[in-house]
Amino acid sequence: MDGDRTEPIRERVCDAIARNAPLAIRGSGSKAFLGNRCEGEPLDLRGHAGIVSYAPGELVVTARAGTRLADLETALDANGQMLAFEPPRFGPDATLGGTIACALSGPRRASAGAARDFVLGTRVIDGRGEVLRFGGEVIKNVAGYDVSRLMTGAFGTLGVLLDVSLRVVPKPRLEATRVLELDATEALRRVRAWAQRPLPISATAIGGGRLHVRLSGAESAVRSAAAEIGGEAGDDGFWRALREHALDFFADDRAIWRLSVAPTSPIAEGAQLIEWHGAQRWMKTDADASHLRTLAANAGGHATLFRATSAPADGAFHPLPPALLALHRRLKAELDPHAIFNRGRLYPEL
Amino acid sequence: MHESLLSRRAGGRATLHCMADAATVATDAAQRAALVGALRRVLPPDALLHRTEDLKPYECDGLFCYRQLPLAVVLPRTADEAAAVLRVCDELSVPVVARGAGTGLSGGALPVAGGVVLGLARLDRVIEVDAADRCARVEPGVTNLAISRAAAPHGLFYAPDPSSQIACTIGGNVAENAGGLHCIKYGLTTHNLLKLDVLTIDGERLTLGADALDAAGYDLLALMTGSEGLLGVVVEATVKLVPKPERVRVLLAAFASVDAAAAAVASVIAAGIVPAGLEMMDNPSIRAVEAYVQCGYPVDAEAVLLCELDGIDEEVADDSARVEAILAAAGATAIRLADAAAERTALWSGRKAAFPALGRMAPDYYCIDGSIPRGRLPDVLRGIAELSREFGLPVANVFHAGDGNLHPIILYDSGAPGEQQRTEHLGTAILALCVESGGSVTGEHGVGIEKLDAMCVQFDAPEIETFHAIKRAFYPDGLLNPGKAIPTLRRCAEFGRMHVHRGQLPFPHLERF
Repeated sequence: MDGDRTEPIRERVCDAIARNAPLAIRGSGSKAFLGNRCEGEPLDLRGHAGIVSYAPGELVVTARAGTRLADLETALDANGQMLAFEPPRFGPDATLGGTIACALSGPRRASAGAARDFVLGTRVIDGRGEVLRFGGEVIKNVAGYDVSRLMTGAFGTLGVLLDVSLRVVPKPRLEATRVLELDATEALRRVRAWAQRPLPISATAIGGGRLHVRLSGAESAVRSAAAEIGGEAGDDGFWRALREHALDFFADDRAIWRLSVAPTSPIAEGAQLIEWHGAQRWMKTDADASHLRTLAANAGGHATLFRATSAPADGAFHPLPPALLALHRRLKAELDPHAIFNRGRLYPEL
Repeated sequence: MHESLLSRRAGGRATLHCMADAATVATDAAQRAALVGALRRVLPPDALLHRTEDLKPYECDGLFCYRQLPLAVVLPRTADEAAAVLRVCDELSVPVVARGAGTGLSGGALPVAGGVVLGLARLDRVIEVDAADRCARVEPGVTNLAISRAAAPHGLFYAPDPSSQIACTIGGNVAENAGGLHCIKYGLTTHNLLKLDVLTIDGERLTLGADALDAAGYDLLALMTGSEGLLGVVVEATVKLVPKPERVRVLLAAFASVDAAAAAVASVIAAGIVPAGLEMMDNPSIRAVEAYVQCGYPVDAEAVLLCELDGIDEEVADDSARVEAILAAAGATAIRLADAAAERTALWSGRKAAFPALGRMAPDYYCIDGSIPRGRLPDVLRGIAELSREFGLPVANVFHAGDGNLHPIILYDSGAPGEQQRTEHLGTAILALCVESGGSVTGEHGVGIEKLDAMCVQFDAPEIETFHAIKRAFYPDGLLNPGKAIPTLRRCAEFGRMHVHRGQLPFPHLERF
């Protein structure tokens, strides 16, 4: 049942504060595999669901955190619009709240922007049980600190996301996929050259001796770019499979690491799939955490243990330098002073 | 748009009657001597200003009506010197206001009484343009336009383009989350940053963001952007560069009513077209600019729209045909196209001259910066017209129609008794109307000192407390740009314009005045 469950959720939070009983915020559990385990009484947001407002002419939608991503995207699709950051679901019932809390973005990210780029506003419950609203439904808004983007990717450790306002975009008039047989080094070289030019490339994927390129835009622009890029016509369904980690590459017993790096970094040894014009690299490996973290740090980025049967002792996420960790702890202490929300989910210290 | 805000025409009357928080405070000479002595030990002699005549140029930013002399101005050439200054100020508990070019329009770089202005304009090196990774690493004093100039040989540019871009610095752009004419397609500053190096008040250097597209932990890059110098001092920025479009076309359309023009804006957006810019001007603005720059705008039109399309050749041609059809169907009385750079510049010249043109119409003008959902444009414009009649002050409208960012301009005479105050009250009433319509009290100019009261309209006490809590997490002693951007709860209580929150009176725990 869709509805506004703000008040009961707030009561749960206040009760948890009173009893000093930590909460584990959850939706459908589709991303429970990601990040560190957190102890706590489950606070299920799935009842707090539904689209609050959607005016296609404004290119803005506001929906409750428990809204199924599938339902939201169906509503946008009916109006020829979409979420530009192409969020992965990792499960049929994935919710908007979980998507924003994990700040997950899909294949279109390097061209269109990340989840955080499209968040215009949020309504949240903080660690004092207050219902707060930041940002809004307008595109330009610089009043106050950007708390909505701070909440995006905080894995629920700073507050309960109630509603999220997102900028949406028109669907491209045409999309086409091209596939080229190329080794990874040459593929990355071409992607780098194309990215410096105004081409309608909306996604790239390098792996298994192939380069997949997706073109999106006006028909004429897509057709002329397809001719220039060459290769064979490919299956548009590839991108959904990539987004959902349903490609054969991801079916493996080894751990899957996500390396977020400067796009033109050299390609490391080992089995990998490279997205985002070089900036996101999925590696399947049994190498230890410190090796991968050094690799990513040397390439200007960070490494996350994305899928594995067991996590390293310091957690799934890339450890922070001491000064930044201290700042994270002070922010957590200010916004969630009783440490009620998702304790340890992001970092053991938060 | 960063045309000057509370400005006056050359030779006009000075604006004297601002509601200033910035009363000059008599400063203990001993305190000044101690500070200057300590700063001398960490800076070369030409990097320290402390005589009154040297401090004068720093007493205000683009919001001229608030003025305050600082105790000292420091102009370091390196991040290490800037860090040393911060350590000195931290030790002596002296407030610090960071400043770039001082073009801000909300008083964000107004000095604090008894404080130091940390001018970063000499940190002006473009450290590196990386064409392959499409980014540039720059020092904070580099101007916005200089980044695009450095990127131009690679066919790339830096997208955010506030109208002060020839002078404003990237450090200030980050502090204000600056926008510009092309945000609708390319985003604000926050969408165009990869990494920042910032100094904390104790001189420690933190890196936020990464050379990658995201970083581990909380999105502190987003939190820092637009924080108006309260959370840290930017000493290096890595910005994204984007490929220059193959082709640009500008369309100008005239309309017999503002409503028809607003409906045309909605239709363009609804058709799935994302213009690079979509600007609107009303009749008083059209008449003012035509009289000033003779750009060929139709003076009998009630509104004109300027629509810029850019991208790949074929795409611009397709979109242009569609936009033309939409504008015609929406009742455009005339449509002009421009492709060549010179023609495009001519079409834009009226829009870009709007503020100085309006400045000729009255001794003073005051530019408001609010944002609203696009669909509310006709209602809000009617509301502004009503408020204009009610307050007895003419208002012209120039705005970024595509993203709902309004810049109503109040024409007034600060020499007429009570008119300055009436102007400020009208400004606050217009911003309140923006908030009621689902918008914000600032789309791109920032809060600074100017909109502290307006913040009390937009946010409830617990939200404002959260902002203060975030600042506390960065610095318990609040020495960076104190008194800006976030009002105290007491100020909001005194302002008395807070809306009722969950059925309770605002700030029940505070005394009412």
